[in-house]
Amino acid sequence: MANVFSRIGDWVNERAPNLAPTYRKHMTEYYAPKNFNLWYYFGSLALLVLVNQIVTGIFLTMNYKTSAAEAFNSVEYIMRDVEWGWLIRYMHSTGASLFFVVVFLHMFRGIMYGSFKKPRELVWILGMLIFLVLMAEAFMGYVLPWGNMSFWGAKVIISLFGTIPFIGDSLVQWIMGDFLPADATLNRFFALHVIALPLVLLLLVVLHLAALHEVGSNNPDGVDVKHGPKGNRWDANKPKDAIPFHPYYTVKNLFGTGFFITVAAFIIFFAPTFGGWFLEHDNFTPANNLVTPSHIKPSWYFTPFYAILRMIPSYFGTAIWGVLGMFGAILLLALLPWIDKGEVRSVRFRGLGFRIALGVLVVSFLALGLVGAGVTAEVIPAWFPGVDVTTWENAFGRLMVLGYFGFFVFVWIYTRFGFEKTKPVPERVTMHD
Amino acid sequence: MQMGEVRFSLLYVADAAVTLPEFAEADFQSKPANGARILNGKVPESLMANEEVVDHGRRRFLTVTTAVVGGAGVIAAVVPFIKSWEPSARAKAAGAPVTVDISAIEAGQKVTFAWRSLPVFVVNRTKDQLAQLKGLEPRLLDPLSSDAAQQPKYATNETRSIKPEWLVVIGLCTHLGCVPDFVPDIKPEPFDANWKGGFYCPCHKSRYDLSGRVFSGVPAPKNLPVPPYHFIDDTHIQIGVDPQEAG
Repeated sequence: MANVFSRIGDWVNERAPNLAPTYRKHMTEYYAPKNFNLWYYFGSLALLVLVNQIVTGIFLTMNYKTSAAEAFNSVEYIMRDVEWGWLIRYMHSTGASLFFVVVFLHMFRGIMYGSFKKPRELVWILGMLIFLVLMAEAFMGYVLPWGNMSFWGAKVIISLFGTIPFIGDSLVQWIMGDFLPADATLNRFFALHVIALPLVLLLLVVLHLAALHEVGSNNPDGVDVKHGPKGNRWDANKPKDAIPFHPYYTVKNLFGTGFFITVAAFIIFFAPTFGGWFLEHDNFTPANNLVTPSHIKPSWYFTPFYAILRMIPSYFGTAIWGVLGMFGAILLLALLPWIDKGEVRSVRFRGLGFRIALGVLVVSFLALGLVGAGVTAEVIPAWFPGVDVTTWENAFGRLMVLGYFGFFVFVWIYTRFGFEKTKPVPERVTMHD
Repeated sequence: MQMGEVRFSLLYVADAAVTLPEFAEADFQSKPANGARILNGKVPESLMANEEVVDHGRRRFLTVTTAVVGGAGVIAAVVPFIKSWEPSARAKAAGAPVTVDISAIEAGQKVTFAWRSLPVFVVNRTKDQLAQLKGLEPRLLDPLSSDAAQQPKYATNETRSIKPEWLVVIGLCTHLGCVPDFVPDIKPEPFDANWKGGFYCPCHKSRYDLSGRVFSGVPAPKNLPVPPYHFIDDTHIQIGVDPQEAG
């Protein structure tokens, strides 16, 4: 039997001699720094969730009906009548939320350990493109069940393009293919959600990994293992402080996968709507173009950006400033390699100013999430009866907007003009033997 | 410049025994007599001798013209796909004018009709409510309805209507298109202690008065739009057609 396999292997090898080296380069002999910690689980988990979304998504399309008249009922049909349909749908909807949990943590890791810095700018940019496509994918997927929040979410998000001067109104009509989100909108979103964007997403993920394997992974110390001493137990020419991805990190990631799947299973089985955070209550009623849900809000993973949109008022007769602020918040992240000019990568050896700024960024981002999700609108009157909610919410929200954008301004000034006092960076990773 | 040259270079690259950097530009320019396969990565002496001077100007011209013509072709081919996203003939037909009966709308009441699937608010304002419109000007963004795109000429007045009591507006917030709530009572509200009646958008808290004029300091940038409409008789209006068009 072994003989048969090796003969097949030889046969393939003769015709595609570069296949095995490619596999070795990206998997078995991809040498990664040996000091990866908990934060390094999220890349592999993102890949896991992507596979989950594709597989469950394929099975959902088998019973989903793409029309404004039938979509809502077909989702209910999947939930009630299709064997195990509820599980497949909850795996898909929970997967969408967990995708963002994992990706946000993955991005935070990159900022914290300076993984976006030279020479990994391309990895970071490709990652940001993945994030953008992921947001488009999530938004369009949210529209497909055609619940009332789907409809109004689509209305509000598409209307963002209506704030563009001159072409805005016709652009909105073009995107919707009607005067309101309608059958045409649903159909094109379905096409984009299940074909166009996944193809782009897969391509970007492949490029993201290929770009990463060109330069090698960063690590919690931000030390360049490639420039350190050579020679380890497996290869005399590979970095001393690196270990092969397989079996070491495949096994490590399998452990992370097991833990992650356990958490995901608890959510899927016991709290699939997650108290209205993963699946909003208003989306359990069919779309109605004459009734707006009383609290319109996007899925939780959009709320920080949505809050930025809400907190910036309109000036000069146009509401485009909030839209620019929202997209600018994402663009600034993509430009981080050129904003943060510090030479030291890891937060472990960076100046106090950077550590505080990073904390402010995290707090502002989370607080904006609460503002966008309408939590502050409920909490303020409950904690401080008699105050003007709008004034206080705006004051708090705008402070957090300043915190978010302030991070980028501060970090640029801090690193550009040499205010940062860094600690000495060690030659080798701190846990070498 | 014959096909032979192209085939020659492709074969050359595909040959696993050699790697690309070994070749100089000249290798690709040499032309085999009949596109014969070159083995062992070596160009036979006889072919090397057959050097030919490349006309770079001609090559550039061909590259540019091919790119331009091809690019134009691609752009032309994209147009139908872009246009296919426009509202279809069926969607446009559904946007025809609608005639509605307003006789049952009591004073102080709002009824929503659908025109082009947009919610159109028709409000029968009371004398009391109309009186509140005066004096609000300092709190409004555009009290005089100076933005011509937001209403037809015949509705550019304080009541923003043809007949003072009858307000007809498209009930979509000018911020991001939610349907504002009708909050007609003149009493303090949680969102405004000095409320004179109007519309309140639950999405982002934009406020409008009972003429659909937007307040300052809210996200919405414009007054609620007034659709084209006219009175067929005292109890019927047609939405989607201007009075002069109707004759």
